[in-house]
Amino acid sequence: MKTRDLAYVALFAAIVAVLGLLPPVPVPGIPVPITAQTLGVMLAGSVLGARRGALALLVFLAVVAVGAPVLSGGRGGLGVFVGPTAGFLYSWPVAAFVIGWLTQLSWRRFNLAWALVANLVGGVVVIYAIGIPFTSLYADVPLWTSFTGSLAFIPGDVVKAVAASVVAVAVHRAYPVIELPTRRATAG
Amino acid sequence: MLSLYLPGASPVHRAPAGLKLAVLAALGVGLFLVSRVEVVAGALAAVLAVGLAVARLPGRALWAQVRPVWIWLAALFVVHLLVTGPLPGAVAVLRLLTLVLAAAVVTATTRVTALVAVVEWLVQPLRLVGVRPARVGLVVAMTLRFIPLLAERAARIREAQTARGAERVRLGLLVPLVISVLQLAHTLSEALDARGADDTPARPLRRAAGSVGPA
Repeated sequence: MKTRDLAYVALFAAIVAVLGLLPPVPVPGIPVPITAQTLGVMLAGSVLGARRGALALLVFLAVVAVGAPVLSGGRGGLGVFVGPTAGFLYSWPVAAFVIGWLTQLSWRRFNLAWALVANLVGGVVVIYAIGIPFTSLYADVPLWTSFTGSLAFIPGDVVKAVAASVVAVAVHRAYPVIELPTRRATAG
Repeated sequence: MLSLYLPGASPVHRAPAGLKLAVLAALGVGLFLVSRVEVVAGALAAVLAVGLAVARLPGRALWAQVRPVWIWLAALFVVHLLVTGPLPGAVAVLRLLTLVLAAAVVTATTRVTALVAVVEWLVQPLRLVGVRPARVGLVVAMTLRFIPLLAERAARIREAQTARGAERVRLGLLVPLVISVLQLAHTLSEALDARGADDTPARPLRRAAGSVGPA
């Protein structure tokens, strides 16, 4: 991995943190105010690609773990990794990877539709597919209860997927950093 | 300051970071193996005693970490009341409360640098797949350094857009922010390479020769 990749990873981890510092936005018609943090997950995947995007989220989680209060609502420290909703945190690197992978697949013909597919599959489906069963197992509540409890957040996440897609397409046009083919064997 | 660390000189503060994390991990596994309410309540009392009496942390520092999950714990208890009964509900809630508090005690009593060192130590096995722990530490340190800078940059872009009369700044904020960050990463990596952080594998000889690099 080149030093430039390390810098991308570090700075996107910082972007995810900064998005967590923004105050939550109430959206009309949606019961839960949306925070911008998973927007950072989607941006990391769709701007940096699978590997660097996933690494950025791993670094972000490391920064949370060492005690920076950068999760939305000023949370941080090790406590969030053992809380009932920790599965959603663990899902972020996977989500960024899936978004990045789908983005790379469609890179040559990347447009808003492809960006939406990548961000909805990786940024919504993957996150809930990991977070909901985790909460259910961890807190010993039925899967269905955990699922219905999370429903309120889905409209906000769809709004974020649309936002991330618009930004991803603009960045793809103005400053693309995903290089194809990305199958270099080096690791850093 | 971008840290939840509270300076102190108690035995908990002075204990090695790795040991504290190991105890936390053991507690995390152990608490899920027992389902007796008195054992879990005892663990909670022990964690509170360590945090408040031994480490002398202010109660509100611990409460600040519990507050975000408080409503969740209450909801969890209600679900258990309806599904399994009050006793399993109490065990589930006390278990989570104990873990969140224990983690808050570790975070509040351990310096960020010590925890970054533990992160570097934890990724040692990944050397086998070509990961260099020192570079992991470098990236984590870079992120911590750049969060305040990016927050300021985001605020500046927002102000500039408000000054031009933009009401809806959310999406408009992100594109310039992301692009300026990509440009910053480019500049940063050139500066790092100029100081010896290039892609060549760290060998003992190279390490002895250069003292400025992060290796």
